[in-house]
Amino acid sequence: MAERRFRIWRGNDQGGDFEAFDEEVSEGMVVLDVLHVIQARQAPDLAVRWNCKAGKCGSCSMEINGKPRLACMTRMNIFEADETITVQPLKTFPVVKDLVSDVSWNYQQNQRIAPFKVKAPGPDGKHRMYQEDVDRVQEFRKCIECFLCQNVCHILRDRDGKDRFVGPRFMIRAAGLEMNPLDDRDRVPEVRAEYGSGMCNITRCCTEVCPEGINITDNGIIPMKERVVDRYYDPLRLVGRKLFGIRKRKEPESYTVPAQPQPRSQNTTKGSNTAKSKQDE
Amino acid sequence: MATHLPVLGGHPEGIGATTRADRWWVGPSLTFALLSGFVVYTTWAAFQGVHYFADPYLSPFYSPALFVKTGVAGAPEIGGFHGWFGEWPSWWPEFLPASPAFLILAFPGLFRFTCYYYRKAYYRSFAGSPPGCAVAPLAGGRKYRGETGLLIFQNLHRYALYFALPFVVFLSYDAFAALFRNGEFGIGVGTVVLFINAGLLAGYTFGCHSFRHLIGGHDDCMSCGKNTMKFKAWKRATWFNERHMLFAWCSLIWVGLSDAYVRLVSMGIIHDYNTW
Repeated sequence: MAERRFRIWRGNDQGGDFEAFDEEVSEGMVVLDVLHVIQARQAPDLAVRWNCKAGKCGSCSMEINGKPRLACMTRMNIFEADETITVQPLKTFPVVKDLVSDVSWNYQQNQRIAPFKVKAPGPDGKHRMYQEDVDRVQEFRKCIECFLCQNVCHILRDRDGKDRFVGPRFMIRAAGLEMNPLDDRDRVPEVRAEYGSGMCNITRCCTEVCPEGINITDNGIIPMKERVVDRYYDPLRLVGRKLFGIRKRKEPESYTVPAQPQPRSQNTTKGSNTAKSKQDE
Repeated sequence: MATHLPVLGGHPEGIGATTRADRWWVGPSLTFALLSGFVVYTTWAAFQGVHYFADPYLSPFYSPALFVKTGVAGAPEIGGFHGWFGEWPSWWPEFLPASPAFLILAFPGLFRFTCYYYRKAYYRSFAGSPPGCAVAPLAGGRKYRGETGLLIFQNLHRYALYFALPFVVFLSYDAFAALFRNGEFGIGVGTVVLFINAGLLAGYTFGCHSFRHLIGGHDDCMSCGKNTMKFKAWKRATWFNERHMLFAWCSLIWVGLSDAYVRLVSMGIIHDYNTW
């Protein structure tokens, strides 16, 4: 057992500040365990979202010593013995209370993506796909929707870009559908114009923080950018299509996004932790 | 619609602001130093125009030598693979040295400049966009357009690839040519240096994201249940692609060392151990 110091951000959408806690930590504990001990012994009103404690539900996303991490997968022995551990909510999404963020913006982006539309069956009346062709799609299915990649993406986090880029999580969802051999929908125009593939400058932070080890950038976003290049930027292909109608594809049928609830807004002044009235989204 | 949230949660704001306490700046700083050093050395080497050949070794910065100015120190004789178009052209401006490197370096240079890996490296270390993960950008106040504005040319990386692919052949030829001096078979340290250089460059080129896309990745049904050539090629390119950063750095550093080795041998500063 050793006593460790924690700095935990306490507050709500009106503002807040760091509060220090000293707590006994024993071998094998993860940060989420310590937060639960603090909750039990010192701060029963500390808000922490969690569920599985096994890195599979994606609920306990937060920033630990400045890095986006799952609290349940962050072992205490990775920190120096005298290191103060700073715990904050996600920066990119509005604070609900303490370490809990409102990630509902992500669910709205998810709804913008047209669902899977199956191709016509083969001559024998059956749909067939082969394991080796869907291996790369299945990688994206490992996503647990912790939204750490969305949180660390600098376009969403620091660049005021939520209206121009859906974020890495939904780029790989679109990639998983676009690369699916049985999906009939042409998603390349949406990937470029609606989801903002050109906004990503592939600095790979999304891949670095992914707790599932999904190679978001190399296997998801870059292949999508390359498909966009095929369609819109490759001059030889453009000329070829104009002259010979090569691989001309029909315009995708329009997709109507379902009605969505309004996301939570955060009423404070930018750069301050004090409350002021401001509608942000 | 403003979508930037007011800062709650104790996150600092400002240029390069972060709560991270680890040494996140080491990676971008090393990248900055290495890439800057490489650009400075390559520019210096390209401006020399001398001592780029030490029989039978040709510096990779000067290969292929399309024109050769004969009679200068450390330049090859015209013939064989050297001086494809003969003597150095008379129309070449006086203020520039007669250096064959000027005629070819732009092609591998553009390939690396538009490479998906190097983009990450220099967006982080030179542009600070962002300098590190969960670190605020260095120019966060400016309107961010990603690769849709001025940087839209990055979409033509595949054309840089088309021009870079022949260099794998040229440099492989140079490595094989380095097995023969005056028609006699042999091997020297320089031969090994040039073979490693060609191998690393091939590993880097065949792991290119555009290459992987063009040979098979563009297709949803790469195999369709058969072990097609397309699928096999895509799998091999994927192996290299997973190691793209490794090959990018190793090939970059080694090509500089290869030039330095040939240059030093040509200048007589170091001795090339060989079987001739």
